Formats: sequence, structure tokens, C-alpha cells
Amino acid sequence: MLALDVRTTVGALGLDVRVEVEAGECLAVAGPSGAGKTTLLRIAAGLRGADRGRVECGGEVWLDTASGVSLAPERRRVGYLFQDYALFANLSLWRNVAFGMDGVPRAQRRERALALLDRFAMAARADSRPGALSGGERQRVALARALARRPRALLLDEPLSALDSRTRAGAARELMALMGEAEVPALLVTHDFGEAALLADRVAVIDEGRVVQAGTPADLAGAPASAFVADFTGAVVLHGVARHGDGGLTEVQLDGGGRVTSTDTAEGRVAVSVHPWEIELEPAGAAGAGSARNRVAATVAAVTPLGNRTRVALLAPQPLTAELSRAAADQLALGAGVAVVAVWKATATRLVSL
Amino acid sequence: MTGGRWFTAVLVASLGVAMVFLTMPLVAIFVDAGPGELISSLDDPGALAALRLSLETTAIALALILVIGTPAAWLLATRSFPGRSLAITLVELPLVVPPAVAGIGLLAAVGPGGLLGDAVASAGLELVFQTTGVVVALTFVASPFYIRQAQAAFGALEPSLMEASRTLGAGEARTFARIAVPNALPGLLAGAALAWGRALGEFGATLVFAGSLGGVTQTAPLAIYERLAGDFTAALALSAVLVAASAAILLGVKLASGVRVLGDARA
Repeated sequence: MLALDVRTTVGALGLDVRVEVEAGECLAVAGPSGAGKTTLLRIAAGLRGADRGRVECGGEVWLDTASGVSLAPERRRVGYLFQDYALFANLSLWRNVAFGMDGVPRAQRRERALALLDRFAMAARADSRPGALSGGERQRVALARALARRPRALLLDEPLSALDSRTRAGAARELMALMGEAEVPALLVTHDFGEAALLADRVAVIDEGRVVQAGTPADLAGAPASAFVADFTGAVVLHGVARHGDGGLTEVQLDGGGRVTSTDTAEGRVAVSVHPWEIELEPAGAAGAGSARNRVAATVAAVTPLGNRTRVALLAPQPLTAELSRAAADQLALGAGVAVVAVWKATATRLVSL
Repeated sequence: MTGGRWFTAVLVASLGVAMVFLTMPLVAIFVDAGPGELISSLDDPGALAALRLSLETTAIALALILVIGTPAAWLLATRSFPGRSLAITLVELPLVVPPAVAGIGLLAAVGPGGLLGDAVASAGLELVFQTTGVVVALTFVASPFYIRQAQAAFGALEPSLMEASRTLGAGEARTFARIAVPNALPGLLAGAALAWGRALGEFGATLVFAGSLGGVTQTAPLAIYERLAGDFTAALALSAVLVAASAAILLGVKLASGVRVLGDARA
């Protein structure tokens, strides 16, 4: 198990985070840029210190400010995947991989490096230098190198963000397979909730140096504890004032006009969150025969195709985003300026008291 | 863009004047006496001794500069400590100090009766009017060229390279030797070449501190100066050798830093 409990200041930011990752588990610390994510990884690896705190891995104390213990990075046995991969340009790929094999006899290093490179389909280029590699290839070599040390914990800094969208899916699959095999705790940081949800078993959302909510990706998306978490997970967030309504529902008077209902209970100022894929669009003036109770008149601002889906940005008193199937969007003949009604169910509407 | 044509003409004319002015003296050295005469004047044993002394003293000075300057530049480039800015300024100071003043300063510091004169003497070192003194003078004037360039080269390395090395089990010393130095090598070589070029041309500090004794402290520039009054062709011949050596150094720098020497090197 990898356990971090650290407090430190980074510029104006006060970082105060406590996380625990079991062996074989992947925890993603996700949050916006400047939330202190990379600092957390660097403290875990020993690349920077902390004002106060403790880092423990597999029963071994790596950092304990109370007793003055602080192991140098080279003594912590971490597999650190850097955001820019940090391959050594002066060494061939196999020497990059063999760099961390300090316990392995010299004669066996090349063979072991080749085996690891082969695991990432890079053995054919073992003797070339990193300069000529694509982003995806760099990542695979960097992973092979991080594993060559038989790390006791994996620390991954935005592992997919340097890759283009075509390479990303394959890289994500490899990464997941690898973390499954490695049987060590993996701590991953990312600014992208989608990446966190894809790769991690649990996600801790961090904002301004503190964990604001932790849980499975589904927990966070389904029951965000705050407007920030809802917004971060990609939900639409509207602000308004809630009061008890008819039939046990809560009615929210939205700022700027409009009213929605929710099955959640709350009173006073609230953030209303709903996922874009829960929002349907109807032509303006349609009867609204369905069961959905929330109807907000809006004007289409932009239509963005995303594969077989279409993302529609809507202008209303507070902006909304809807996600439809491509076919549904085509059928509605959506385009900028078209008047529509955004419709969603009270059961898909989450309320968070502010 | 016909409106800009006169301006282009001004630019071209300026570059033309600068090129002629900067290359004419160097070309003249080779053309003035003719190659045959140049080669025969190099037969002078004094001239050969001066070239040899220059080669030896600059090589020793360069070795000292590399051994001390590389770790010093690494420290300046990678650590923050109180007085770092002051240290950088002090290291650069010899760049702007006139060479003759540097020679006086060295005399006052380590010459007989100087600040550290007794310590130097009791260590069995004789510097003034000795070849060792030439090495000291060369090292003094040339080291800032290397340290500055090396500091810049180390500073330009991605910190994540060194951090990756640390997380892969390499301590600070191994990271420096196996990752930092090899990856900064083009910049380090450029700095070494600049320092060597400066040492090779050193005149003032050497003359003031070590004198101009044939075979002992008379390096090639000093030998040129001595021949100037009596035998101009001999001075030209030695100069030609130094021009060739300096050109070779410059070419080496350009090649080491991956710059194209011919063609449009702007990219």
C-alpha cells in the first residue's frame, strides 16, 4: 500500500492531501491545472520535500517529517512516468530501459531490456535513439524503463495527455493491462476526468490543494458532492434557488429565469447538475408529450460532431450542453440560431446545496 | 514591396562593409608574404618553441578549466543558494577586466610579496617568469568563457531528465556524469572551444604576469609581438598559424553545436 499524508505550500497554494492506494489498485488524483497534482507525485517520489507529512510504501517509510526521515529518490524504487516521458537522448532505447537495473548483472541487462521492450512492441528498435520516436512510442519506452526497476509503486503524471487522440485509446489499453499485472499501487494524476475514469479504480478530485471528493468514477459522476466536482466530471451546472414543490419534488428557480425540478431534496441556493447525455432537444413549439418535467427554451449556439455523437452548445439564461446521437441531431436539422427546447427528467437532475 | 528596396540595399551594403573589414586583415596575413616565404620563416626555432609552448600551456589550462569549471557550472545551473547571483557575476568578471589589469591582479595576488605570495612559495610553486605562470594567466582569462557557456548548457536541460535518472536509482553524481554531461555535450564543447580560442590569443595578462622569456613564457602571440619590429615576415608566418588554429576551433564549435557552416544556416 502507498499512503501519502502531506502538507506543503507551493507558491500561493496550500497543499493538504491524504490518499491511500492499495497494491494492484489505481487511484487517480484529478483536478484542474495548478491544483497541486504534480507536486503530490513529486513528493511521493522524493523529488521535492514537504513542510509536514508522511509517505509510506509497502511498510517502508519514505518520508516522515516528524522523525526527519526522507529517503533520496534513488532509494525509493518508484516507477515514475514523466509527462514529457524524459527519455535519455544520449542513450539507445535498450540502454534507457537498462538504466535503472541496478540489481541485475551487467551481462543480463541487454537481454532483460529487450524482453521488456518486446512487451511494448519496441524491441525491433532497441538500438535506436529516442529522438526519432513518435509520442506513443516514447510513452511505451518510458513505461518499459519505469518497470525495469521492479518498482514498488507506479507514479504516472498525465500519462495520456501528450498523445494525440488516435494514439490515446491504444496507450490507455496498454497502461491498464500493465497496471493490472504490476500488482503495485499506482497513483496517477490528470486534469482530465475522462482519463481518470478510464484508467483508475478510484478518483480523488482535488481543487486548490485539497481532495474535495473521492470515490469510483461512477460515484463522482452520479453524485457529485459539489458544483466543482459536477462541473469537473463534465456535467452541466446551473445555479438557482430550491424550495419544496409538488409531489415531493424540489423546485429550483434558476438564476436568469426558468424553472426545473429534481427528485433530490434541497433548500436555498443550489447548484443543479445534469449530464449532457440526459438532455434531449425538441423543436421549439412542440407539444412536449413525454414524461420529462424539465423544459428550458434555448437557442443553438454551436454544433460539434464527436464521432457518432453530436455535442450541442445551447444559449439559455445559463448555458447548457446537450449530447445527442448523430442521427438524432441530423433529424432535428440543428444549426446555430435554431430555437429548441432542452428537456430532461427530474430523476436525472442532481442538486448540491451551496 | 518596392518601397522597401532602398532599405534592403542599406542592409546589404552594411553587411558587405562589415565582411570586408572583418576578413581583410586575416586574408592579408596569408597574401602579403606568400606561402613559400611563410613556411620558410617557420623554420626559426624560436617560433616553433613559441607555438609548442602555446599548445602545451593552452592544453593544460583547458584541462584545468574543464575539471574545475564543469562541476562549478553545474552547481550554478541547478541549485539555488544565497549569493548565487553574486557568484555568477564574480565568475564573469574576468570577461570585462582588461587583460593587463588581470596580469597586475595576478601579480598582486600570487606574485612574490603578493597576498598569497608566501603560501605559493612555501608550496614550492614558482609562477612569475615561469611556464606555470603562463598556465595561471591563461586559466584566469579563459575560464569564464567556459563556465558561462557550460552553465547555459546545463540550464537548458529539461529538469525531468535528471529527475528520471534519480527515480531510476542513480544518485546525484551518477546522474551528473551519465545524463547531464552527455546531454549538454554540444554546449560544453562550444564553451571549451571558446575558452581555448581565448587562451590561444592571450597576450596582456601573460606578458604582465609571466613575461616573455623565449622557450619559457613566450607564447605565440608574445613571439609575434617580439618579431614585429625586426622580422615582419616571421610575425606574419606565426600569425598565419594562429589564424588557421582559430579558424579550426570556430569550425569545431559550429560542427559540435550542429550548425550548418555552408549554405543558409538560418534554420
